[in-house]
Amino acid sequence: MTSKLTTVLAQAGAEDRAALIGYLPAGFPSVDGGIRAISAMIEGGCDIVEIGLPHSDPVLDGATIQTADDIALRGGVRITDVLRTVKEVADAHPATAVLVMTYWNPVDRYGVARFAADLAAAGGAGVILPDLPVEESGEWRKAAGEHGLDTVFVVAPSSKDARLAEVTAAGSGFVYAAAVMGVTGSRAQVGDLAEDLVARTRATTELPVCVGLGVSNGAQAAQVAGFADGVIVGSAFVQRILDAGADEAAALDAVGALAGELAQGVRSR
Amino acid sequence: MSENLTGPQVPDARGYFGAYGGRFIPEALVAAVEQVAEEYEKAKNDPAFAAELDLLLKDYTGRPSALTDVHRFSAEAGGARVLLKREDLNHTGSHKINNVLGQALLTRRMGKTRIIAETGAGQHGVATATACALFGFDCTIYMGEVDTERQALNVARMRMLGAEVVAVKSGSRTLKDAINEAFRDWVANVDSTHYLFGTVAGPHPFPAMVRDFHRVIGIEARRQVLERTGRLPDAVVACVGGGSNAMGIFHEFIPDAGVRLIGCEPAGEGLETERHGATLTKGSPGVLHGMRTYVLQDEDGQTVESHSISAGLDYPGVGPEHAWLKDTGRAEYRTVTDDAAMRALRLLSRTEGIIPAIESAHALAGALELGRELGPEATILVNLSGRGDKDMHTAAQYFGLYDEPAKGENR
Repeated sequence: MTSKLTTVLAQAGAEDRAALIGYLPAGFPSVDGGIRAISAMIEGGCDIVEIGLPHSDPVLDGATIQTADDIALRGGVRITDVLRTVKEVADAHPATAVLVMTYWNPVDRYGVARFAADLAAAGGAGVILPDLPVEESGEWRKAAGEHGLDTVFVVAPSSKDARLAEVTAAGSGFVYAAAVMGVTGSRAQVGDLAEDLVARTRATTELPVCVGLGVSNGAQAAQVAGFADGVIVGSAFVQRILDAGADEAAALDAVGALAGELAQGVRSR
Repeated sequence: MSENLTGPQVPDARGYFGAYGGRFIPEALVAAVEQVAEEYEKAKNDPAFAAELDLLLKDYTGRPSALTDVHRFSAEAGGARVLLKREDLNHTGSHKINNVLGQALLTRRMGKTRIIAETGAGQHGVATATACALFGFDCTIYMGEVDTERQALNVARMRMLGAEVVAVKSGSRTLKDAINEAFRDWVANVDSTHYLFGTVAGPHPFPAMVRDFHRVIGIEARRQVLERTGRLPDAVVACVGGGSNAMGIFHEFIPDAGVRLIGCEPAGEGLETERHGATLTKGSPGVLHGMRTYVLQDEDGQTVESHSISAGLDYPGVGPEHAWLKDTGRAEYRTVTDDAAMRALRLLSRTEGIIPAIESAHALAGALELGRELGPEATILVNLSGRGDKDMHTAAQYFGLYDEPAKGENR
């Protein structure tokens, strides 16, 4: 059976455009507020959403997402709240593929099989596990396969060609190509490493290749859409919510407007 | 001393000690970590590498470090004979220099020009800044903001040596968060930069490599104890935060089944409180900082903040080889409260004229307890991993040594 994620990416491809993938952590600024923000992202034009599972030690995230994770954790967000976020978003937006992005330890602690089962039951389409390398991923991939979840692996500009082949052979859904060497966060320019990495990755796999890290506006989205199958944006959405402070309506407007701008970008290759 | 680098108890090819260890890292770091592993394998088998390291350990660090009989202190330990392995006498004042010099040589072999490191008490940071001065590397040290305050002397030492010290303000603002920040730097600057990890933790090969660079402690001590007493000790005692000084002194004794290996974890304000750092005693298996090991965590896998009066032991993880030694029963792990450690610090100072680091005072407190259990026939080897100069501000506040009211007991 073709997965939800594969279907959504194929649909974008059929429209001769890149897919737009938006990230926000669950529980930020509150569980219900987070659900509304993610919905605003989708209504603004995201084809796929990554729902972050906030973590105490987000070593791959820059200051913006760390701040959001801290707010979510101080607010008491639990894994069950993340799963509820997935369920409400997936129920309300059946055309959207909903992924969870999480560091490995929360899944390990929750129970690998249990997490896969509960995520699938909530309507999740798959996961991105940025600190779980292919070598350590066997147990997860078995559980994910049993529940029809895709596992998206990250590749980096430092990944050698032989390594790219190993990573892409293990993954499904799409390949997440990190545009720069570094942590999450908006950058003035998308690194010129990204295009080369996408080309090298394509040489190893038929999977769509989506690019993230540092993309924050429509012009950058258009640039990346010129060579990638999808454009991933996270910190810029988080920043919109941080900037709005306690004004939720303004936050939702800003999130929706950014999604709209990016959605235009991915359509103007 | 080239035997230091080829011990029998290696982890498997994937870096596992039983169920613990491994390599849980982002893809961006895979190439760099593999480069470290490959270069270390080559260096281990290169006589020139071993010779250069041996020379540095002898002429720069001042090895072998002394073994000291502490008779007046022993009287308080049930009469058991206590022997101190004097890593506090090394250049820079702790065992940390052993690993730093090894990895500095490795950095030069890899052609990198910049070193970053995390530090808790500042001892690893000072040792790293020292090696960077010696080798001409750029140096950035990440240190939790809480630790920069309680170890201000070491911050000044690092800056004097030319290092940049970054006070980390995220999370619990202690060692755990300094490691997170160093990882973030490494991901962004991996082409030029080596992350000189300071303890027997992190992704493979760091737990095995750092242990190997510290094996010299146990190799020397075993030989010295045999020469001095004609037999092996009944127990080897060391403090455990990340666990590098303990692995260094334990490792050579692992095949000696009659020698008890005892690690002392920080119980902080008490195991019944949330203010401790007793990872092996109170934690559970999980993944933190690139390794599977015991972790202080909640039921959702979020890391719980640790506490110890000693910055160097204030860490919610522990090296994976310790996790394995615990599960196999080869080593035992006990806990020592802040107060017991401070009492041991004062006791050694006043009976022997040696002011130990608060970290090492945890091992001394463990030895006092053990000596009273084993009695006067026993011989106990303690790793005195560092000296206490850096802790004088904490001790002065605790004991009221300044002309102001004391924070702790004052007897």
